Amino acid sequence: MTEQVSGMEPVGSEAEVETDADIEENESPRGMGVWAYLAPLITFVLIIGVWYFISYVRMDAVRRRTALPAPHTVFEDGLLVWEDRKGLKPILEALLVTSRVALIGLGISIAIGVLLAIVMNTAKWAERSIFPYAVIIQVTPILALVPLIRNWYGFGIPARVVVCVLIAIFPVITNTLFGLQSAKEGHHDLFTLHHANWLTRLWRLEMPGAMPAFLTGLRIAAGGSVIGAVVGDFFFRQGEIGLGRLIDNYQKDTRIPELFTATIVACLFGIAIFLIVGWISTRTLKHWHESARNYT
Amino acid sequence: MTFPDGTEALDGISFGVSMGEFVTIVGPSGCGKSTLLRIASGLLEPTSGRVEADRERLGYVFQDATLLDWRNVQHNVELLPQLHGYPKAERKKLAREAIELVGLSGFERHYPKSLSGGMKMRVSLARTLTLAPPLFLFDEPFAAVDEITRQRLNEETQALFQREGFAGLFITHSISEAVFMSTRVMVMSARPGRILSEHEVPFSYPRHAELRFDARFGDLCGDVSVALEGAHGSEESDD
Repeated sequence: MTEQVSGMEPVGSEAEVETDADIEENESPRGMGVWAYLAPLITFVLIIGVWYFISYVRMDAVRRRTALPAPHTVFEDGLLVWEDRKGLKPILEALLVTSRVALIGLGISIAIGVLLAIVMNTAKWAERSIFPYAVIIQVTPILALVPLIRNWYGFGIPARVVVCVLIAIFPVITNTLFGLQSAKEGHHDLFTLHHANWLTRLWRLEMPGAMPAFLTGLRIAAGGSVIGAVVGDFFFRQGEIGLGRLIDNYQKDTRIPELFTATIVACLFGIAIFLIVGWISTRTLKHWHESARNYT
Repeated sequence: MTFPDGTEALDGISFGVSMGEFVTIVGPSGCGKSTLLRIASGLLEPTSGRVEADRERLGYVFQDATLLDWRNVQHNVELLPQLHGYPKAERKKLAREAIELVGLSGFERHYPKSLSGGMKMRVSLARTLTLAPPLFLFDEPFAAVDEITRQRLNEETQALFQREGFAGLFITHSISEAVFMSTRVMVMSARPGRILSEHEVPFSYPRHAELRFDARFGDLCGDVSVALEGAHGSEESDD
């Protein structure tokens, strides 16, 4: 099998067409040009405008201080102050605690979630016996579990991680399972014909095929893990201070600009994780999956 | 072959395909052609009867190219040697040769997403060729490509057959495709599938595109067509 069989010409024209399509794809998201970046900016300016309007036109001085301080007040009293117990410094320290919980929680969610999905994928009875309980975890109010978790794990990082995992694991489980099960019949036939064992099938067919769905789950779980970590330290009111507890403290002491700042920092952290996962997702899938086309 | 729901798909079919023989089965949709192929490949156990075939390195070309979207052409073609545990250097070499054989050299780094239907089918053929299978089963592989591409793929397939000398069993409902490539064409009836007639194809290999305009080619297609007409019976075939 070395020389070319007569009558078989290399194909060229078909591929050139595809190259053009590639160039178009690589333009800005959905071909919007500069608008792709201008549009969210305009929305931002509008939101700030409405914020100022409500703060100054609809509220008196007292309510402005206790309910909705103007954006520049938040900026000056929250973001620009850097002292031991005031302004941005305690907030970033709390972020460190919270982000550690979120990342550990996300890691554990991925490990256990993927493992459970693989187990459920191996046999229908395994899916039947596990899946209902995954749903139950998802729908149980965390609030109800907090006293139990406190009794089991105390107040420290482990307890908060548990809360985080309870929130973040479900999207990992469901999406990964969906992905594993979406391998096509024809592909399974191909692997059957060539005597692939269980592990080969999982490793070479089902797991790579599950990547798009898994990564979608990971995006949801990443956001959930941040919420879970904040909720975790909101409930466990001893030990290291995380963002959740800080937000609660500011609320009680009516330190509203700092409350806003802490909330914004929590959001930014969530967005950062979301973007990182999105970037990983696009890099992983760029060659083969439609979903990787239009993300920034 | 009778399915659990009582559908009798195949009945009393018996034939052999030797090395250097290319047998094509034509029949109406839903006559059990694909079932026959799945039984021959071992994907399906027959309810009665038996199959004797070397299935260790079986070539099976599916209706769909069944490429793995996350692998580029090179790695897709390497899949089967990989599943059979060939060492890396060898499967690279086999894949390179097979890719060259189907005329896709230069496309090794391309992903299925950027290939046309005909090119995907070539990759699928190349993937099967890596194992140099003694028995090649084709399940309507060119049904989804346009007519011109299909004719070219037919020419290429018969060239591969002439070169490799495998035993080929091809399923289609295109008469000209069947006659063009095969040494023998068998017509199958609607469910339950039976072999209605056999037609030896006398043309020598390599066969060229002009063969399609030969009067004898036309006559043979006519014969198969008449037999196929009978296969549909009085009713229209139900899919």
